[in-house]
Amino acid sequence: MLPQVVMIQIPYYPGCTLKNKASNFETSALAAARALGLELVELPRWNCCGAVFSLSSDDLMRHIAPTNIFLRVQEMNRDHLVEDEYRLVTFCAMCFNVLRRTNQRLRESLEDRNKINDFSYLETETYQGRVEIVHLLELLRSMGWDKIQERVQKPLTGLKVAPYYGCMLLRPKDVGIDDPERPTILEELLRSLGAEPVDFPLKLRCCGSYQTVPNKDLVADLAYDILSRAQKAGAEAITTSCPLCAFNLDFRQKEIQQKYPMFLPIPVFYFSQLMAIAFGLPQEVFGLAGHYANPKTLLATKGYLQATSPLEGG
Amino acid sequence: MVRKIKLQAKNREFTRKISELSGEVAMLCEQCGTCAGSCPMLAEMDITPSQMMRLVQLGQEAVLENKTFWVCASCYTCTVRCPRGIDPAKIAEALRQVKLRQAIDYIRIDEIEPEEAKKLPAIALVAAFRKMTG
Repeated sequence: MLPQVVMIQIPYYPGCTLKNKASNFETSALAAARALGLELVELPRWNCCGAVFSLSSDDLMRHIAPTNIFLRVQEMNRDHLVEDEYRLVTFCAMCFNVLRRTNQRLRESLEDRNKINDFSYLETETYQGRVEIVHLLELLRSMGWDKIQERVQKPLTGLKVAPYYGCMLLRPKDVGIDDPERPTILEELLRSLGAEPVDFPLKLRCCGSYQTVPNKDLVADLAYDILSRAQKAGAEAITTSCPLCAFNLDFRQKEIQQKYPMFLPIPVFYFSQLMAIAFGLPQEVFGLAGHYANPKTLLATKGYLQATSPLEGG
Repeated sequence: MVRKIKLQAKNREFTRKISELSGEVAMLCEQCGTCAGSCPMLAEMDITPSQMMRLVQLGQEAVLENKTFWVCASCYTCTVRCPRGIDPAKIAEALRQVKLRQAIDYIRIDEIEPEEAKKLPAIALVAAFRKMTG
């Protein structure tokens, strides 16, 4: 018997990539959240957050896009789409980082906040600093790992997964969701799902991020280091919460195979895909079709996919 | 290699400008090299992040011709490890901004192979263009 869940509604910001190239991540994340009683209500309209937080001290213009997203949360409360809920949930690690950092700057500097509000002529609201940016992983942790474990229908027993944190979930320190040098949140999630977390030395090492645009060979080398070290530690799969890390670690395996012919492909899962599988949700929400390194063989071998039904999803 | 330089007003001005743009006090750097030792992009750089810091301290505008700050992926590993509490990632951003504000872009949209452009997720393109074009 599944535990009874009371649904709570929280505003949700998807960001560009989860609505487009990585929509399979969104499908699995929304379904997994729903299974835990989290009804993530997408902002009625939203814009790109900018993907990277602007680090220069002047140019406030670059913080307007994320501020507009905060205004949408205020409007949702005003219009009763949610009731007194100022938390804004994201899955994408890069969106999370930009939104939390911008929010931090606007909360700390009344001058910056006023200036942005003053020049937002087309907005009907002014930003009050009330929004709280929350990553889904943080929400899971606050629910308690035992609650996640209770929901598991098909424990991922014997699946060795290397948690790859990357940068944007953890750094800088006052933005990150866990200890920047010794995080455990992904390991905790994996353990709750019945999987075996594999520790490896490069779990915090940058994958090269947006350098994948001008220099894919460099990113292929960085990804090769990360993936092969995870494999050496015994990992059969990798998991991450960043769609850009997922792209670099998964799709750059093509370049890796050309450069290093001995390399064996390894599937890269978005953390919510593993949740959907372990929760025993319908296979079509797993979103296994949008991968480069085929995840289905591994999952079928482990008995997490039914061979009789179509393996395609998302 | 030892090089003797005499600091002039223009050098101090450059240091001031970078400090203002980054909001970081570059002079606090004690050249311990933790940033260089932590940087995942080091192999790709022409000078180390700590050398970049030193050149900024000394107001050497020639630092702008190095590729180190373009190769920086803003991963913030140096940010969390600097024992002096400086954020070298912000210094790198300031150096990029000095170039970008002169309309000198580091990457060009038309240089991306069409097949690659189709494959890349929006998050990569938006991030790269925000960091490397003005």
